[in-house]
Amino acid sequence: MYDFEFVKPSTIAEATKALAGDGAQALSGGQTLLPTMKQRLAAPGTLVSLNGIAEMKGVCKGDGGLHIGAATPHAVVAKEAAAHYPALAALANGIGDPAVRNRGTLGGSVANNDPAACYPSAVLASGATVVTNKRKIAADDYFQGMFTTALEEGEFITEIAFPIPQKAAYVKFNQPASRFALTGVFVAKYADGVRVAVTGASNDGVFRWKEAEAALSKDFSAAALSGLTVDSSDFIHDLHGTPAYRGNLVKVLTARAVAAA
Amino acid sequence: MTKVTMVVNGKSVSAETEGRTLLSGYLREGLGLTGTHVGCDTSQCGACVVHVNGKAVKSCTIFAQDVAGAEVRTIEGMANADGSLGVVQQAFQDHHGLQCGFCTPGMVMSSAALLAENPKPTEAEVRHYLEGNICRCTGYHNIVKAVLAASGQDIAAIPAE
Repeated sequence: MYDFEFVKPSTIAEATKALAGDGAQALSGGQTLLPTMKQRLAAPGTLVSLNGIAEMKGVCKGDGGLHIGAATPHAVVAKEAAAHYPALAALANGIGDPAVRNRGTLGGSVANNDPAACYPSAVLASGATVVTNKRKIAADDYFQGMFTTALEEGEFITEIAFPIPQKAAYVKFNQPASRFALTGVFVAKYADGVRVAVTGASNDGVFRWKEAEAALSKDFSAAALSGLTVDSSDFIHDLHGTPAYRGNLVKVLTARAVAAA
Repeated sequence: MTKVTMVVNGKSVSAETEGRTLLSGYLREGLGLTGTHVGCDTSQCGACVVHVNGKAVKSCTIFAQDVAGAEVRTIEGMANADGSLGVVQQAFQDHHGLQCGFCTPGMVMSSAALLAENPKPTEAEVRHYLEGNICRCTGYHNIVKAVLAASGQDIAAIPAE
């Protein structure tokens, strides 16, 4: 990879200043960014590590539900969120492998918005609030397509607040080589309705399956999904699965998630 | 170049780094600790696993400067003080948990991390935990046996296939 200048601020304010420079890029756990840089698909002039910022780490309950610092590794979320939001903890515990979970972070995953990443589905299905160094962004406004988010230049996630559902589950169909989701579905039931978010299926990245939300809000059972169809016309087509295959998976996994919730 | 200091296997050490120097390169080229292997360099294979502040991580996917000051343990730090093999290493030898040996440093470091978290894992838990460590000799059965033996469990009942 090309060389760069490495800086490691210890506060959000210092990181904001460092990221205002030309060619500066934020680094979190680096489990995606480093491979990308090795392939020279990214070549930042300055890399600003967010791993030394204590105020961006940890899991705690607050007004917005479960607040998780963006620099919290998956392994810590898996442990510390378990008592408060078990489905979210289980999702974190299924990302990558143990060594990746010790390094990769919530904020890094959500900032990258890989179309097959697990976390974006939890953020969207929970109607979470993405807190950045500049503002708060509702999940529905945050995800804007494959690898595309509402984050602007110099903006980085500091925390995500997850409203805690009455019931929830995430079920993913593993892509065993990459350990990403071939397709994954997060179902969350709140007092005011059910939200269903799908990852790994659409070329537009994570999305809400609104027909299923309406059906499950009336009747929270796998049977409520039986008459629904999934429009897979814009789904991902690769050697692991056709759009129709992924479309079928969405329905099957949603039913499994409802049963598991 | 920036001088990076860490505590590696209990000793304070330092080496010059560029921004792009990986922890695996720092250990191997900066410190001459070539026990940590780089198999794929894409964080898939796990041959480069070391412990940073007690947690197993893939050293090919971490910048050295990002873990300056950390406590790092590598395969060179797994032997007993008298130079004899550590418990996990000895179990790998006893149960033929290695063939070509290339993946072994990462396998031993991941297994030690598992046993630190979960001292008596089931066979399924061992297999699941080692998901990120690839053995291209495909010697998984004996690796799993070795880990279970290192945990002090009876492995007589596990089939040899």
